[in-house]
Amino acid sequence: MLEESSEPGWLSEEVKTGTTIIAIEFDGGVVLGSDSRVSAGETVVNRVMNKLSLLHDKIYCALSGSAADAQTIAEMVNYQLDVHSIEVGEDPQVRSAATLVKNISYKYKEELSAHLIVAGWDKRGGGQVYVTLNGLLSRQPFAVGGSGSSYVYGFVDAEYRKAMSKEDCQQFVVNTLSLAMSRDGSSGGVAYLVTIDEKGAEEKCILGNELPTFYDQ
Amino acid sequence: MDSQIKGVSTGTTILAVTFNGGVIIGSDSRASIGGYYVSSKTINKLIQVHDRIFCCIAGSLADAQAVTKAAKFQISFHSIQMESPPLVKAAASVLKELCYNNKEELQAGFITAGWDRKKGPQVYTVALGGMLLSQPFTIGGSGSTYIYGYADAKYKPDMSKEECLQFATNALALAMGRDNVSGGVAHLVVITEEGVEHVVIPGDKLPKFHNE
Repeated sequence: MLEESSEPGWLSEEVKTGTTIIAIEFDGGVVLGSDSRVSAGETVVNRVMNKLSLLHDKIYCALSGSAADAQTIAEMVNYQLDVHSIEVGEDPQVRSAATLVKNISYKYKEELSAHLIVAGWDKRGGGQVYVTLNGLLSRQPFAVGGSGSSYVYGFVDAEYRKAMSKEDCQQFVVNTLSLAMSRDGSSGGVAYLVTIDEKGAEEKCILGNELPTFYDQ
Repeated sequence: MDSQIKGVSTGTTILAVTFNGGVIIGSDSRASIGGYYVSSKTINKLIQVHDRIFCCIAGSLADAQAVTKAAKFQISFHSIQMESPPLVKAAASVLKELCYNNKEELQAGFITAGWDRKKGPQVYTVALGGMLLSQPFTIGGSGSTYIYGYADAKYKPDMSKEECLQFATNALALAMGRDNVSGGVAHLVVITEEGVEHVVIPGDKLPKFHNE
């Protein structure tokens, strides 16, 4: 912190969505959540970015890691899913979307540094959450990711219960994001939530001052 | 390679929490070399520096043992000179002086917790560079990153002794479940005006959470 450099950090540092992302399934759908901070080194270059990216009507992904890598993967999979859903003549499965993301992540794993969590609803499997870290594909009842996730592993391990209702899941996501954002320097801003069920996807934004507060905040 | 330079390190989870009438200090029991080899499964990281003052160590085990040995001597000498039990803040300051003056060579952080007549139960953190801070509760060590969210959400001021024991046990169990260099048994020490009580919880008796 005592060194001085002639150019500001955001000119030379890589843009990362040092982040907190979370997705959780409930009976009948999924809830995804993310913070909104994008940093380049020490500078926050975007404080209101929505990291929940649409892959299809009822399938979203949450971006973390290098902003450019994550956005590019999401755009490519969005295109591939459109083509695929026309070919099969119906809405794609969440597993198909996750597999497409995994294929890119695995094939280019040396060059890319992004982790996407894919979650959505399809009529065959209901609500599903998939992690694609480093090119693996694994279905989990809930998943957290990004730099802020380390601080909330204990919280989500303790608080998660099977068969939570939709409202409980939304509250769980908001609480987790709030705790992570208050401890992780690379997470912050507002919280974005997307709830996906049979009827469609509903997006919501919770401003910083409306987030739940905990001890010492 | 890092492990050859660092030697035995307590990749660790330590915590100290005040409650109504006392303080609980706790830790896991694993010591590892470079994060690959567990050199001890049952090491005690809670060191008694005086009758009602304990400290726990995170970082290089050798550094920590050397510092606590020096601190224990200085604190008992100070207590004899003053003809009264030392203040918790005095004990923490002794550790802070040692850490700050040797900050180039040392690689250890401390939590000091105890009870004294002047201020009752207290918790002090001495960070790596020698900063001294008083807090109602604090967590430290590599495993602590995973429980910041849990501790922030679940800590309440003025808990009862049972609630505090449950909070500390849960926090240690959660951290040990996620951090591969924390593990073994959970050591807890309850310090009150009346005395000091050791609680040891073996790994299989720790609370289990949904994914275990």
